[in-house]
Amino acid sequence: MSLKKVLALTLSISVCMAAAGCKKAPEDAIKIGAIFSVTGGGSNLGAPESKTAKMLVDEINAKGGVNGKMLDLIVKDSESSPEKAISFAKQLIEEEKVFAIIGPSTSGETMKIKSICDEAKVIMLSCAAAEVIVNPVAKYVFKTPQKDSHVAMRIFDTMKKMGINSIGIISDNTGFGNAGKDQLEKIAPQKGVKIVISEVYDKKATDLSGVLTKLKARNVQAVVNWSIVPAQSIVAKNMKQINLNVPLFQSHGFGNIKYAKEAGKAGEGIIFPCGRLLVAEQLPDTNKQKTLLVKYKKDYEAKFNEDVSTFGGHAYDAITILVEGLKKAGSADREKVRTAIENLKGFPGTAGVFNFSPQDHNGLGLDSLVILTVKDGKFVPYEKLD
Amino acid sequence: MAFEQVLQYILSGVTNGSIYAIVAIGFNIVYNTTGIINFAQGEFLMLGGMTAISLSQFMPLPLAILFAVIITSLAGAMIDFVFIRRLRNPSVLMMIIVTIGLSIVIREMALHIWDEKVRSLPYFTGSEVTSISILGAYISPQVLWVLGVCGLMVLLLGLFFRYTATGRSMRACSSNKTAAGLCGINTGNMVTISFMLSAAMGALAGCVISPITQTQYDSGTSLAIKGFTVAILGGMGNSTGAVVGGLLIGMLESFSISVLPMAYKDAISLAILILILFIRPSGLFGSREESALKEF
Repeated sequence: MSLKKVLALTLSISVCMAAAGCKKAPEDAIKIGAIFSVTGGGSNLGAPESKTAKMLVDEINAKGGVNGKMLDLIVKDSESSPEKAISFAKQLIEEEKVFAIIGPSTSGETMKIKSICDEAKVIMLSCAAAEVIVNPVAKYVFKTPQKDSHVAMRIFDTMKKMGINSIGIISDNTGFGNAGKDQLEKIAPQKGVKIVISEVYDKKATDLSGVLTKLKARNVQAVVNWSIVPAQSIVAKNMKQINLNVPLFQSHGFGNIKYAKEAGKAGEGIIFPCGRLLVAEQLPDTNKQKTLLVKYKKDYEAKFNEDVSTFGGHAYDAITILVEGLKKAGSADREKVRTAIENLKGFPGTAGVFNFSPQDHNGLGLDSLVILTVKDGKFVPYEKLD
Repeated sequence: MAFEQVLQYILSGVTNGSIYAIVAIGFNIVYNTTGIINFAQGEFLMLGGMTAISLSQFMPLPLAILFAVIITSLAGAMIDFVFIRRLRNPSVLMMIIVTIGLSIVIREMALHIWDEKVRSLPYFTGSEVTSISILGAYISPQVLWVLGVCGLMVLLLGLFFRYTATGRSMRACSSNKTAAGLCGINTGNMVTISFMLSAAMGALAGCVISPITQTQYDSGTSLAIKGFTVAILGGMGNSTGAVVGGLLIGMLESFSISVLPMAYKDAISLAILILILFIRPSGLFGSREESALKEF
């Protein structure tokens, strides 16, 4: 045998052994699949989600697991691509035979696998925002972030208070952007706000001064940007550069301080509705969420040495809700757990207090959102907190 | 449309166009000496930007950019030394596939070195909110930096190819590799230099645009696609063509936004490209005879 062959053989044997070594999770562990956009356009969502999920599952297992069983988390990086999300979902359901799926991170990916999970009767707890995920309700599909329709309503209410009546909308061409744009256009007439212009840009756009010039020419009183991609910071910079000095509203997709940091001075004064996690310490002690928000924030920031974001919180909620469902059901029986989750009431999470029902698989009300703004590079409440 | 608006669209078009042109010129330099298209060209911009961002934590900005350019050009040299040179009787297709593979490897390496987060260099002058008024249109001072640096690079490159011995040798390689070799030109070294040069140019461009466009491990890919389109449009290997093609595409994109929804931006530039390729397959400035002699 030549040296090369020996090397190749040793290598393949060691690879086999390594692969076998990885599969040492106990037989009776509850397998949970997770599909997150750890890289790609949605990486500011998926990366904190993946970190949070791993941290939380380790914590739960260290305390003895759920119902005496360990949790076995399998994380897949979809690279923010709906096509990859589909193949990972199929792999998790058919090969890994997971009990439930956490994620995906983005609305576009979630919508692609909504029916796959529902047909396979696998519980999915999506970390994406679009209302279409739970409307119409699919029996096995839940979601943890606040609905985009609620976010749109809060934005318009804030505008009315500021005396803004005519606006321009820009959104990215992801599932999240499209769904948000639809909600804004649907709700604006009800709230008496006129949309003068609505434009869509590519999710990889690096310069938006052209489209903002178009908005400027239409004399809009405010700009709403609805996206999750890094363009959220570029919009803010470009607006200042072309001297378009009107308020900039963003969606709850802005809930990662990295975006505000990237925008630098241009990010000051951005207004957006968001969960209470980012201002956890400033909440009154009577708030039902405060204890868990402060703990999660402290744990996450200590462990990963980076600022907490609402997105990681969505994964936190998805796992705690699933665990609560498992506890209530008493066993890893899919149908029982699904029913338990559907009837969960007054359950505090990072995004708000969840009240699920057979008609509402999101369980969050308008009050789960607070209006935040950026001041001195930090998120601060725009209105008084409750 | 008011004059200020027209000017605003022109400025936006020129900015994007000059970035496209720089990437296209990077493609051209390597194409001229080797006859291949280096699909890792976009990654040079990303590498330059990312390296400068990391270095700027420890040293002043100009120094960080200088080192980033040097490091990236060494990376360019490595690509030639380690891969392109080692190929025995390389076919053009083989070399192109090597560069595609390399672009993926570089991207993945960047993901591991820097992680997935978006970063950017600070503005060279002023800050995110500084805005300069030119006849009623408003731009960031960084746009002037982009235009200035791109213009200067094109100019210096032109002088380099025309008046220096190395530049002339590189042009000789591009005209006829065998004949250049017979005249005593070390064609292998010229290929290395071309990789270094295109990497250095890419890195510098990556640094100048970073404050505006932001840099991420995969931000090179989309730039490479646009740059490639521009290089084809202008005629492969033709620097004037790259500049004209870049500005043309940039302007078309920015004016298309003024009349059509922005979603059609890329469709417009690609439609124009297809149209031109139907009428002039060798590009706007490419000569038909020359392209017939090339393998690719």
